[in-house]
Amino acid sequence: MFSYRDVCVAVAIATTAGLVLAQGDSRFEGVGRAATAKEIAAWDIDVRPDFKGIPKGSGSVAQGQDIWEAKCSHCHGVFGDSGEVFSPLIGGVTAEDVKTGHVAKLRDPTAGRTTFMKVATLSTIFDYINRAMPWTAPKSLKPDEVYAVLAYLLNLSNVLPDDFVLSDQNIAEIQKRMPNRNGMTTAHAMWPGKEFGESSKSPDVKNVACMKDCETELKVNSFLPDFARNAHGNLADQNRSVGPQRGAITTQPEAKSLQENVALEQQAAAKASAATKTADGPLALITKNGCSVCHGIDAKIVGPAFSDVAKKYAAKPDYLATKIRSGGSGLWGSIPMPAQTLPDAELKVIANWLSTGAVK
Amino acid sequence: MNQDETSSGRLLKAPENFLSREDIKTVFAEAKAGRRDFIRRAFTAAAASVAAPVVLAQANPVPTEGGDPNILNLPEHSTGLGQGVSPEGSYGKPSKYESNVQRRQSPGLTQTTQASVSFAPLQSLFGIVTPSGLHFERHHQGWWDIDPSKHRLMINGMVKTPMVFTMDEIMRLPSVSRFHFIECGANTAAEWGNVAVPTVQYTHGMLSCSEFTGVPLIAILERAGVDLKNGKFVLAEGADGSSMTRTIPMSLILSGEVLVAYGQNGEMLRPENGYPLRLVVPGVQGVSWVKYLRRIKVGDMPFATKDEAVHYVDLLPDGQLRQYGSVQECKSVVTTPSGGQVLLDKGFYNISGLAWSGRGKVKKVDVTVDGGRNWREARLEGPVMSKALTRFNIDWVWDGSPAIVQSRAMDETGYVQATYKQLRAVRGTRSIYHNNAIQSWLVQENGEVKNVQLS
Repeated sequence: MFSYRDVCVAVAIATTAGLVLAQGDSRFEGVGRAATAKEIAAWDIDVRPDFKGIPKGSGSVAQGQDIWEAKCSHCHGVFGDSGEVFSPLIGGVTAEDVKTGHVAKLRDPTAGRTTFMKVATLSTIFDYINRAMPWTAPKSLKPDEVYAVLAYLLNLSNVLPDDFVLSDQNIAEIQKRMPNRNGMTTAHAMWPGKEFGESSKSPDVKNVACMKDCETELKVNSFLPDFARNAHGNLADQNRSVGPQRGAITTQPEAKSLQENVALEQQAAAKASAATKTADGPLALITKNGCSVCHGIDAKIVGPAFSDVAKKYAAKPDYLATKIRSGGSGLWGSIPMPAQTLPDAELKVIANWLSTGAVK
Repeated sequence: MNQDETSSGRLLKAPENFLSREDIKTVFAEAKAGRRDFIRRAFTAAAASVAAPVVLAQANPVPTEGGDPNILNLPEHSTGLGQGVSPEGSYGKPSKYESNVQRRQSPGLTQTTQASVSFAPLQSLFGIVTPSGLHFERHHQGWWDIDPSKHRLMINGMVKTPMVFTMDEIMRLPSVSRFHFIECGANTAAEWGNVAVPTVQYTHGMLSCSEFTGVPLIAILERAGVDLKNGKFVLAEGADGSSMTRTIPMSLILSGEVLVAYGQNGEMLRPENGYPLRLVVPGVQGVSWVKYLRRIKVGDMPFATKDEAVHYVDLLPDGQLRQYGSVQECKSVVTTPSGGQVLLDKGFYNISGLAWSGRGKVKKVDVTVDGGRNWREARLEGPVMSKALTRFNIDWVWDGSPAIVQSRAMDETGYVQATYKQLRAVRGTRSIYHNNAIQSWLVQENGEVKNVQLS
């Protein structure tokens, strides 16, 4: 039996054996077509760390500042350091960092993190502005505008002087001044393949599955303070109302005992049950109780149209209720209407509706 | 409510104490209006406490009138005509009594809803499948409902023939359906330093599991004549405004696990989850499962996209940032009982939870109720599948005293889920992503369950 796993295993084996498939696989005849050069140009927008894929163009720090203030500052702040809407882009980077290539402030446990403190690759910022910014009009910036905005951000980060013009010709040089260019590592076990080498493939934390008398800290060191009890809304409304547990009623102070909790939860359940029971209107009730199977609102089906019944028995809700309850035959034709067992409250709604004109 | 300090065991107050003043007003108002439902319900609920104090021998005691009114008085649904089949064009919804079970946002987490998260209600889910309407959401620049007839997938870069596929064509190819979990790399991020949120929905709810249907990416790359000798890294790109991109390891694609998926739990993907096409990268953090997938590019170096060079990088105490972190390491959490819940009685409970590993199958889950001193092995619900959620259960009789409940998973590589103490010793408290620590829930004497950390 042909299966995908077989195919993939075969491919893997072929690869390790060095038998690289030199041409397109013809098994799936007629599926897919060659992309045109124009199509590829429209979508192939990514820029890699070696700047492969970057469009030609240039922009100055001054031009960048103008674009920034018009299109970017309302989210990121005039100087890119606002944390109002998104995490700050600018700040925490020093001239010394530009020399070392590793932002010192990343070691400060009290410091926040900005984009330029973290990013090692200049291509990343160009690529992202180019593909995704501005927030509400992504891909609307021309390459020159992207260069200019990037030049402004680099100027704010102490990487470029005020009079600099950034371009496809010099951007690789500027990469060598990125403040955190040496701040990234792939020495960890969280990449599934060996594409980054063999250096690091053992998990960094090793626990053992101790079963009995294990070492532990039997002290609660962190919990939510009382004032935050309702910070995520009433947890009673965020848990199913049936099952082994209920949600805690966080709109009230915590119960002192299990008994009190049980009472509070029962009380809340009674309220919730009352709230769930919403009254149906007459149109829903004639469907729910099967009336509309035999009666159209304006059309006779097996029985008379509701509108005809309404005309005949206007303002006689009690009579109508009795007739619906008992059923009968002969008044509208020979086919009998069976006695109806619907609840009193619903009977009353339907009878009232009929006696007041059976309005849709 | 007054609490009778002298009462012991499970004593309840008489109805006049049980009903609040507000409720009593409602009872009288409704009685006047001829409605008896409220009173009947109130007394059903309160029946257990009639003739106070009554000692409840069990959670569901026999009322003094000799039987449960819910049994003795036949309800409407047993004595009336039920509803007809759903109207044409309708899509079935859960019972109105299930309205508490919803995705939710964590207050104050983000300033926009387009770059934000909604969390799946893990505390209310059974088994391993996340209903598609409850699947967690993470958007980077808003979601779209894209016309599938206009959606295209392009393959370019290190291939013999750059190609374009329509949805019709992708869906013509041989498909597979597989269960996999998807977990955001930032799941449990708020808890790295201390307890920050109350329930499992907020601590672990950026986690879902679905049956995905699609085509192994390797087949589509083969179709385009991929250069497997030099093409070691693959860029996946979305069609949305953010045009989300991530670098995907070719080794994982070669394994056949990575899917170009259009199906989710028997229907098409939901728009919030990438309709009509998304990448499925089993075991790897959600950000790599690019939604609205429009382009796959094969290259010979990693692409350093925004979400692997600025975000989704893990800060270590020495100031280094771990880049290209992808695998979600072995993790588990007890979902019932869990934070923000209240146990209504002592006695038997089925402790239940979820375990998963980005490196393969879950091999074993242990559960403790004494904060990690002594552990028992839980029952795993089968089939246990690779890189899918695994449901575990274990019996527990709660004696009413405080208990600290934890679960600890081990995967088929032998890796054992770590404690906060162990993780922090290596990674500090500021790495944001990849927090797979053992979760502690404190069951208090009053029945309320709290999110706590022991170190």
